[in-house]
Amino acid sequence: MSQSTKNFSLPSKFRLSAVFDALMPVFATIAALLVGAIFLLLLGANPITAYSALLEGAFGSFNAFAETLVKSIPLLLIGLGTCIAYRGSVTNIGGEGQMIVGALLSTWIGLSFINLPGWLMIIIAMLAGSLGGAIWGGLPGLLKAYFNVNEILSTVMMNAIAVQIMNYMLRGPLIDPVQAEAASQIPQTARLEVAYRLPRLAPTRLHIGLLIAILLAVAVYILLWRTTLGYRIRAVGQNQAASKYGGIDVKKHIVLALLLSGAFAGLAGMMQVYGVNYRMITDGSSTGFTGNAGFNGIVAALFGQLHPIITIPASILFGGLLVGANAMQRVVQVPSALITGLNGLVVVFVVSSEYFRKRNQRKHLAAIEAGLDNEPPRQNGENLEEVPA
Amino acid sequence: MQEKATEAARMLFETLEMRDISKRFPGVLANDHVDFDVVSGEVHALLGENGAGKSTLMKILYGMYRPDEGKILLNGDEISITTPTAAISHGIGMIHQHFMLVPTLTVAENVALGLRSSKGPLTDLEVVSKRIVELGETYNLKINPSTLIWQLSVGQQQRVEIIKALYRGASLLLLDEPTAVLTPQEVDELFLIMRQMTKDRYGLVFISHKLHEVVEISNRITVLRDGKKIGTQPTCNVTTQTLANWMVGHEITFITSNEAAEKGECRIELRGACCGSDRGTEGLCDVDLEICSREIVGLAGVSGNGQLELAEAITGLRPLQSGKVFLEGEDITGFSPGKITEKGLAYVPEERMKDGMIRNFNISENLVLREHHKWPFSKKGFLRMPYIYEHSDMLIKQYRIKTPSRATLAKNLSGGNIQKVLLARELSRSPRAIIAAQPTRGLDIGASEYVHEQLLDQRKKGTAILLISEDLDEILALADRIAVIYEGRIMDVLPRETATKEDLGLLMAGVHPGEELVAENCP
Repeated sequence: MSQSTKNFSLPSKFRLSAVFDALMPVFATIAALLVGAIFLLLLGANPITAYSALLEGAFGSFNAFAETLVKSIPLLLIGLGTCIAYRGSVTNIGGEGQMIVGALLSTWIGLSFINLPGWLMIIIAMLAGSLGGAIWGGLPGLLKAYFNVNEILSTVMMNAIAVQIMNYMLRGPLIDPVQAEAASQIPQTARLEVAYRLPRLAPTRLHIGLLIAILLAVAVYILLWRTTLGYRIRAVGQNQAASKYGGIDVKKHIVLALLLSGAFAGLAGMMQVYGVNYRMITDGSSTGFTGNAGFNGIVAALFGQLHPIITIPASILFGGLLVGANAMQRVVQVPSALITGLNGLVVVFVVSSEYFRKRNQRKHLAAIEAGLDNEPPRQNGENLEEVPA
Repeated sequence: MQEKATEAARMLFETLEMRDISKRFPGVLANDHVDFDVVSGEVHALLGENGAGKSTLMKILYGMYRPDEGKILLNGDEISITTPTAAISHGIGMIHQHFMLVPTLTVAENVALGLRSSKGPLTDLEVVSKRIVELGETYNLKINPSTLIWQLSVGQQQRVEIIKALYRGASLLLLDEPTAVLTPQEVDELFLIMRQMTKDRYGLVFISHKLHEVVEISNRITVLRDGKKIGTQPTCNVTTQTLANWMVGHEITFITSNEAAEKGECRIELRGACCGSDRGTEGLCDVDLEICSREIVGLAGVSGNGQLELAEAITGLRPLQSGKVFLEGEDITGFSPGKITEKGLAYVPEERMKDGMIRNFNISENLVLREHHKWPFSKKGFLRMPYIYEHSDMLIKQYRIKTPSRATLAKNLSGGNIQKVLLARELSRSPRAIIAAQPTRGLDIGASEYVHEQLLDQRKKGTAILLISEDLDEILALADRIAVIYEGRIMDVLPRETATKEDLGLLMAGVHPGEELVAENCP
């Protein structure tokens, strides 16, 4: 029995390193900020002043924190979609486009029907937003499942298409009648009915979308690990041959993973319109409406280790970073390009830290494997050809 | 600078000897003190079943593996071959089973790849192309140097590989199962090329497990089995019978189980089944087979002769091109794998980790792979975890799966325990019929015995079983009838009582017992 007692001592050994792994994205963020400090120094700004302004701006006051939470809502929703796609081993880079299409569809419906009860319209708009995103994510899914088109490329391309559709719609059919007549021609829609606005949670801009997003995070957890659909998406993500053998329709679940992922992004778009701006507005640039949430949400999910529950705090942290960076810019008077650069640094560091986390996990697994069983794991003649010299 | 600076001169080659070569991999002795030699102008065939150590021996000669013991002598001088580059510089070339070509480049570019150009930093493809044409004319390797590789057939790509080796000055060519991917016509053409090369005093090593090819092309034959050399004989002196014995004959390690039961009604039936293989060639051809209740039918054959295709055709994983499959009299041709599973067919796939289990799923999740959507494991789309846990705890106990917990990931289990999880899942569904492909491969004796017990137990319960195995001893121990498959066709079906190892060995090599192949190289 000495073998088994040895096994039981194993978990306590890597509990510490598991904590270290979980905090890896935080360390990566700190490392990115340290590198950012060099740039701040080069620009003649005091990094300590700058970063305290960042902290202050993100979490320093009730209002600041509320603003951080507002920013984190689309990040969380898109992050949840990223989690689903990741579990199905598909990569959805199309959050931007899906968000835009979701917003367009829900805005159009909200502007078309103006006499509905507010709660009903909000539910319809949420469904419409999700539907729009689902279509925009489902199309690359169909292409991947049935024509083997790389979904990374197609979702990115779909982003470009969505931006152009948005620019056309907001300058043409959906343009605010006031703007249509004015000389400014700002690409924006008319305002939604006051009754259709998402209820606010406090006397701030924070709206009920935060609670919905957190509930959805729990729902995504249940979906992935407690439903047959989630089981199948994960199975297809892990091993298509074995899934087929298990009677699972592989193609269908590839489509579903991208479709669901898109639906969450579409919902994020709807919430941006119904909860924050009360109209759809852009500046004509590719991120004019989304504010890059479609990409930042992916980073938030990586921050949250692609687990829906951990993605909740991760989104808030990342949202805080975005809000705080703006505050920092105001205080130390650095060019806004630096803020973009700082965000980029954080993204690069967090994504790269994923490599170390995975490598550590592999090491643990190897340790478990070595200590687990006295039978050697599969060898004999079977894999003879693969054995390296 | 000389015009043909890129082309290595052909090495002078008289003899090559490998003496007392041993190579050990974790848990396996792949080569056990093997002697082997080739002289110029001959085809020396290396014959043996899969895993006999043929490829390992050749990879040692080509510098891909280093031998643990033994030495290599070229023209009488001891040489050390540490890398493929060193092998090439000694005039040894290898034609791999899987081609090492860049599909998007032309023939000439592939041949020139990795060689120094005579024009410094610029390519000298015209020079290369000219030489390719010359080589092609000499050895019937007609190929257009400017064709892109992906546009060529498999047989033509193989010729490019040969040209590549010749261009690099090889005078000893190692051909690793070169016929495995070829059509019969392409095989004939390859043999023509090989004969021309032997006339020009090249030395050729031909690896195969197909008796008729070996007898047709070789001058001498060496047989390996379980890493040991069984013998070397001039082709003219051996009979196909001897070779078959040499190839497969080892001691029976386990005893036949129980007396034959009265077999029942037909459960699985194939009628004229044809389907393709993953390589795009013919996988199964016109297969008729019946497997009855209370019966184990053994499917013997060298791997890659259609066993996988047969299993996948029955289980619905591979579409049939023609023919029909019946399960308990019902036509299940074209049914989805899931639907066929529900009809009561269990499948233990050969590549259990790749096709039958999900590495990153834990044991309980893997145990419900087939039934996760069914009562009691799910209700209205939600998984019912308590029942899934209860089910896995029960099976872990019943099938004596050694694991710290049901939450252990499949990839952290040993081979034997993985197979137990798979069997537990497949057998606990009380299947009507079972396809078990290589169910004991890679398992130790204890685990193998356990698998055999389970299969015999299922037979007793009335299940129809198709046991696919390359291990003749296993088949002779368990099967009531033995079907032999060769190149996608069922050669024959023999009752166990009358089947001999020799006959089975011949059938597995594509020869009907009684038929004697005639070697062509004999005076």
